[in-house]
Amino acid sequence: MQHNVKPTRSTSRGDPWPVRWGLTLAALAVLIVLVLVPVVNVFYQALERGLAAYWHNLFGDPNTRHAILLTLMVAPPAVLANLVFGVACAWAVTRFRFPGRAILLTLIDLPFSVSPVVAGLMFVLLFGMQGYFGPWLRAHGLKIIFATPGLILVTAFVTLPFVVRELVPVMEAVGPEEDEAAVSLGANGWQMFWRVTWPNIRWGVLYGVILCNARAMGEFGAVYVVSGHIAGRTDTMPLRVEKLFQEYNTPGAFAVASVLTFLALVTLALKTWLEHRERQEIAEALASTKTKEKQ
Amino acid sequence: MTSKNPLVVVLEMLLGLCPLLGVGCGQANPDGGELLNVSYDPTRELWRDINARFIPAYEQQTGRRISIEQSHASSGSQARAVLDGLEADVVTLALWSDTDALRKNGLIKDGWEERLPNHALAYYSTIVFVVRKGNPKGIKDWPDLIKPGVEIITPNPKTSGNGRLSFLAAWGAVRRRGGSEEEARRFVTELYQHTPVLDNGARGSTTTFAQKKIGDVHLTWENEAHLEVAETPGELEIVYPSLSIRAEPFVAVVDANVDRKGTRATAEAYLQFLYTEEAQHILARHHYRPINEAVRKQYTAQLPDLELFPITAIAADWEDAQKKFFANGAIFDSIYKPSR
Repeated sequence: MQHNVKPTRSTSRGDPWPVRWGLTLAALAVLIVLVLVPVVNVFYQALERGLAAYWHNLFGDPNTRHAILLTLMVAPPAVLANLVFGVACAWAVTRFRFPGRAILLTLIDLPFSVSPVVAGLMFVLLFGMQGYFGPWLRAHGLKIIFATPGLILVTAFVTLPFVVRELVPVMEAVGPEEDEAAVSLGANGWQMFWRVTWPNIRWGVLYGVILCNARAMGEFGAVYVVSGHIAGRTDTMPLRVEKLFQEYNTPGAFAVASVLTFLALVTLALKTWLEHRERQEIAEALASTKTKEKQ
Repeated sequence: MTSKNPLVVVLEMLLGLCPLLGVGCGQANPDGGELLNVSYDPTRELWRDINARFIPAYEQQTGRRISIEQSHASSGSQARAVLDGLEADVVTLALWSDTDALRKNGLIKDGWEERLPNHALAYYSTIVFVVRKGNPKGIKDWPDLIKPGVEIITPNPKTSGNGRLSFLAAWGAVRRRGGSEEEARRFVTELYQHTPVLDNGARGSTTTFAQKKIGDVHLTWENEAHLEVAETPGELEIVYPSLSIRAEPFVAVVDANVDRKGTRATAEAYLQFLYTEEAQHILARHHYRPINEAVRKQYTAQLPDLELFPITAIAADWEDAQKKFFANGAIFDSIYKPSR
């Protein structure tokens, strides 16, 4: 199509300046209004009454304290489960061809397409007293729904695709050759994984874990359904934000919201750093292969 | 090996937190046990106060220190959650039919209303109007609600006690003034055409009206009306219509749960406490109408006399009202069209 266009001049420089500036300013304006102002406002509202009040809002209220702790307890097991599952699953679908592989790949995406509220209800219908396993669980003194295990389960469910989705393209790009070479040179499965596969995929894994964790901490809908709304017991940070807001404690709500926003910003920073690391590593790898070729 | 570092670090972080989970789950049990009070949406502040008074009183009486947890959401979904296994020791829901749904499913024994004084009713309440300061739309009584340009905020009758009571109050306002069923139906049909959003629960509607500032009039619990006016100084005012419904939030011990957990005695003492003069004063201070007439008389400034018609004015009883108006395919479904 573009054969007749001289490649010496980039098209963007050719655009008249009002178009360039107009587009840039429009994009900036949208970003400022939709992203920057709300984010800054969260911190402004949270800190409006000073640091001492902010600190008190976060740690003075036992229910808020518990919500922060609970979120820190719910997210890691969910992320860990998805880490193990994600690596195993990505491995299976990229290294083997088996019947049902396409279905598996589609199923992995299901938590993204199902509404979180529906996801929560699915678990209530499974583990609730009117569900299949509820009466058995109660007979054995186990609690899932309306308790921490239920929160972890639904969180793991809604964040399931993150690690797998991140890893499948990475593992597909790397290909099985290096693994096969390792095995043919006498490595056992464990050695192959840690010395050959892992170095290739670790950035992808970490990237997936970070995104997964961000979503796990911020999840509202699914957790709302299975939480039972018990203050100081099953309220995670996002649920606590809603409650505080509804109880006319706006500074408290914004204080908790600012912690969630801060975690999101940390996620963003980590993500950027990882992308940078990855690019660096690729550049180094390329450089080293070139020197090898010269020798 | 440097290549292992990130995973090892992540794993250690994750595993390091796991024990916390176990610790966090088994909360330190106060020696007298724990109660879970599953209630409807706007009673959070009330129960917080009552719990703060009951816990020391109970400890003084029995020497046992208990803790009480509260769960609040829309009344209908709370009943549903208890059915699904939320281990409520007591339910303090907005409507008789929500509590009775637990009896139908075997969680509460037959005749629960007779096991507490005054048919298990420790207080009553009603539905009133909240309007913007100065009442710019001139809303004085029920007919004013469907004047052109008036937007009404009230929760969804399918999930919320407040929502159902608003509907019943509007229906009864027509019927009690001599209107026919057909006229009542026309009135509520138009009323819900003036309702731009139906929140799930009472507190959600309050947020919509008071904090997001949507709508001209908020049909809400009397107690919620007083709270929202107090929380937004100079912005809102209460309008008492000429008549409204007598709302009866019954209380009950959830037999199946207290017998399994061994908390029956505490749960019963907790609900009995509501009938004491002290608790009746707390109720009145939170703008719930105490059943103790002597106490109520002291609060007539905040809880003015107005005609409160009973549910029997428009249906045989609460259960009949539930069936007639809110069951699937019943009157509310036939008059409400979500898209405007």
